[in-house]
Amino acid sequence: MWQVTEEDLLSISIGAGILGTGGGGNPYIGMLRARETIRQYGPVTVLSADDLQDTDKIVCVGGIGAPTVGIEKVRGKQSYDALVALENHLNVKATALISNEIGGSNSLEPLIPAAISGLPVVDADGMGRAFPEFQMKTFFVYGVPYAPMAIADEKGNVAIIPKAITSKWVERIARSITIQMGSVACYALAPMTATQVRDTAVKDSLTLSKKLGESVRSANKTKSDPINAMLKVNPGKVLYEGKISGLQRKTTQGFARGEVTVDGSGDFAGTVMTIEFQNENLIARIENEVVCVVPDLISIVDSERGEPITTELLRYGFRITVIGFPSPDLWTTKEGLQVVGPSCFGYEVDYTPLVLT
Amino acid sequence: MRIGIDVGGTNTDSVLIDGTQIVRKSKTTTTEDITNGVKNSLHAILPSEEKNLGVDAVMIGTTHFTNALLQKNGLATTAALRLCLPATQMLPPMVDWPKEMKESIKGYTYLVDGGFEFDGREISTIDKGQIRRAADDMANKGVEAISISGIFSSVDPTQEQIAAQIIQEETPHIKISMSHEIGRVGVLERENATILNACLSTTSDSVVGAFKKAVEELNLGSALFLTQNDGTLMDADFATKYPVYSISSGPTNSMRGAAFLTGIQNAIVADVGGTSTDVGILRNGFPRESSIAVEIGGIRTNFRMPDVLSIALGGGSVVNTSPITIGPESVGLQLTQQSLLFGGSIRTATDMAAAAGLVNIGNKTLLSEISEEDIKSSLNMMNVMTEDVIDRLKFNADDIPVILVGGGHFLIGDDLAGASEVLRPENGEIANAIGAAIAQVGGQSESVYSLAEISREEALSAATEEAKKRAISAGANPKTVMVVDVEEIPLTYLPSNAIRIRVKVVGDIPEIS
Repeated sequence: MWQVTEEDLLSISIGAGILGTGGGGNPYIGMLRARETIRQYGPVTVLSADDLQDTDKIVCVGGIGAPTVGIEKVRGKQSYDALVALENHLNVKATALISNEIGGSNSLEPLIPAAISGLPVVDADGMGRAFPEFQMKTFFVYGVPYAPMAIADEKGNVAIIPKAITSKWVERIARSITIQMGSVACYALAPMTATQVRDTAVKDSLTLSKKLGESVRSANKTKSDPINAMLKVNPGKVLYEGKISGLQRKTTQGFARGEVTVDGSGDFAGTVMTIEFQNENLIARIENEVVCVVPDLISIVDSERGEPITTELLRYGFRITVIGFPSPDLWTTKEGLQVVGPSCFGYEVDYTPLVLT
Repeated sequence: MRIGIDVGGTNTDSVLIDGTQIVRKSKTTTTEDITNGVKNSLHAILPSEEKNLGVDAVMIGTTHFTNALLQKNGLATTAALRLCLPATQMLPPMVDWPKEMKESIKGYTYLVDGGFEFDGREISTIDKGQIRRAADDMANKGVEAISISGIFSSVDPTQEQIAAQIIQEETPHIKISMSHEIGRVGVLERENATILNACLSTTSDSVVGAFKKAVEELNLGSALFLTQNDGTLMDADFATKYPVYSISSGPTNSMRGAAFLTGIQNAIVADVGGTSTDVGILRNGFPRESSIAVEIGGIRTNFRMPDVLSIALGGGSVVNTSPITIGPESVGLQLTQQSLLFGGSIRTATDMAAAAGLVNIGNKTLLSEISEEDIKSSLNMMNVMTEDVIDRLKFNADDIPVILVGGGHFLIGDDLAGASEVLRPENGEIANAIGAAIAQVGGQSESVYSLAEISREEALSAATEEAKKRAISAGANPKTVMVVDVEEIPLTYLPSNAIRIRVKVVGDIPEIS
């Protein structure tokens, strides 16, 4: 059990950016929102999944929408509004909150309703990274109910989805609602039990993001290599180094989609990498050969400072390093790959696990 | 022929350049009267009999605006009006600003109805009464400048324009900056840059006006440009409205000048002025641009900036003893009156360097009271301050060449930790003026293209051609024009798939043979 300090928020926002693989919203804004809320309402306690009691009711909260919109129309306390709407709808009280995804702004989203309501946050999440769609949570792959869901905007509108036939249908309906709400909203999900959290969540991920962020910050302080520092905390592989030479993006069906082209430098000079993203970076190719694919993590960081660059902040001319991290094991099972394997994003390639050399 | 002038807090440097040849140079003390300062400096490099040499352009780089922010000096009492409610209220304007910076501009904030969704729908309709009441309140509080920022104003600027009109009607004296003209998508950073522009607006009127007057009064017939922080030039009228774009143009100019003078393409450049020292890193002859949000005085902004750190160390920095402290106060313009060397009563960094024999100016006998111990400690502290900032810019532990330029380079020693060598190039004291003189002309285009009618590639190429055309008509050599920035903003959920494309290009001024 630990309490989140303002220093931790800075570290988590960097670590969550790395694990966010380009998506999940701007971690800086998530950090500021958490900081302002904690300053106003008081500190937040983080519980290990092992510390949960059998009577606990754990509610997953998160943001939904396009990151490009989220840096402009900044979220407020909508996830608290969604939590209250869900509690009222079900006539239950949550005892702890959990993040739906450790990547980006969403990693810190539960801290906001937690600070307002005084509830603890569980050190775990439903992705171990970031994913573009709602149904892509380890919870649902392994049988946790995905409805009812409450969804709230900044204007005071709340929608409840009491029932859906699949988690994918929740995604479709929630996404349509979100687009109408202006492509930025927050949701709260039916409470989980302690056993469900322990069996289906990616554990200790808030701690991992904190340690990743600390490694980068400390490397920058001591002028050592931040890339090496983060690879020591979370084993992975440098996939590419180079300069962004092209960028194509469009916001369609609520997603920021696009492709970034990188001209190689150093060991990679003379080659080109392309990375396709749909909110998150999903598939990286060097000269048309796939070198890393979802659900393995493809993180784009500033080559020198090791700080993560989210897809909405990518810009022509940036010098970047592309790092691959192996996916959490919960995703690489047959059931997991049916939900987040390459084919789920329209890529006709087989998932080949990233080999660390 | 081109003239580059750098107006620093303490010195005004100027240079007359023909192609790559330095024809004449001068260094004068910056005067309180900006117009006469610039005129003096022009006179110094253009003797009367050679007035009609054919000077195509005068390029002025100035640290006026950077210094104003660092010293929190002469900043306008500023308000930020955000058109957003009920959205985007958890993080109010200036939420992450250093407290003393916010206080120095008073920093009144007003959140009112308005803003757009990303698809062009209104978040809410603006309430003119609300804006009028805000304007009245600003007038009562003595607000001099205002930043107006609307959610997604880059998609639709009309609300910001209407709000500006209302403010203009209610309080005609308040200077208005609108965020859609300053920054990019990302409301906090764009708003920050807009507020900085607003708080500099009273200073910019007087500074740019004075430059104009100087060039006009000399009848040179030359075009006047100010240098921007991205290494390009902007004309005087543009500069008056957008002083924020000149922030960090001084360091950009120095670094490009240092590369030009040494032929070294990869190095740290420290430009030691009278009030501050700007340190940046050269890569392939150009200042490294930050790939992350750039802080100005601790404030995050999202417009293109060189990766430069400034410290309050310069020739005029005030030195206190027991214990030794250096700056941030500086005698600035008053160096030749107030420093001990010149018979004044304030101990400055220059006094300490002169006492150690590092520079030969003023009357050294006036320094006899300064102890050896204090000389040693203060010079050591100046080195440590410089080493610290060099260290913060470096991203690996390898030693790197350090180029010292600017009038106060003598404050810093040759033995610097982290430096593979320390260079002091000839003419380095006017590196910034040289950088201004060799600056490039920029051109930008920004348009919305419907991708139902043309492909993205065709749209990009059209936008690029338009930007190039503008740069060329602004005086750029067509052969040197290159793209430095491309930004696309998608505008979806319109009847056809539309994007907004912004392209920025730069090119050299043609050499006169």
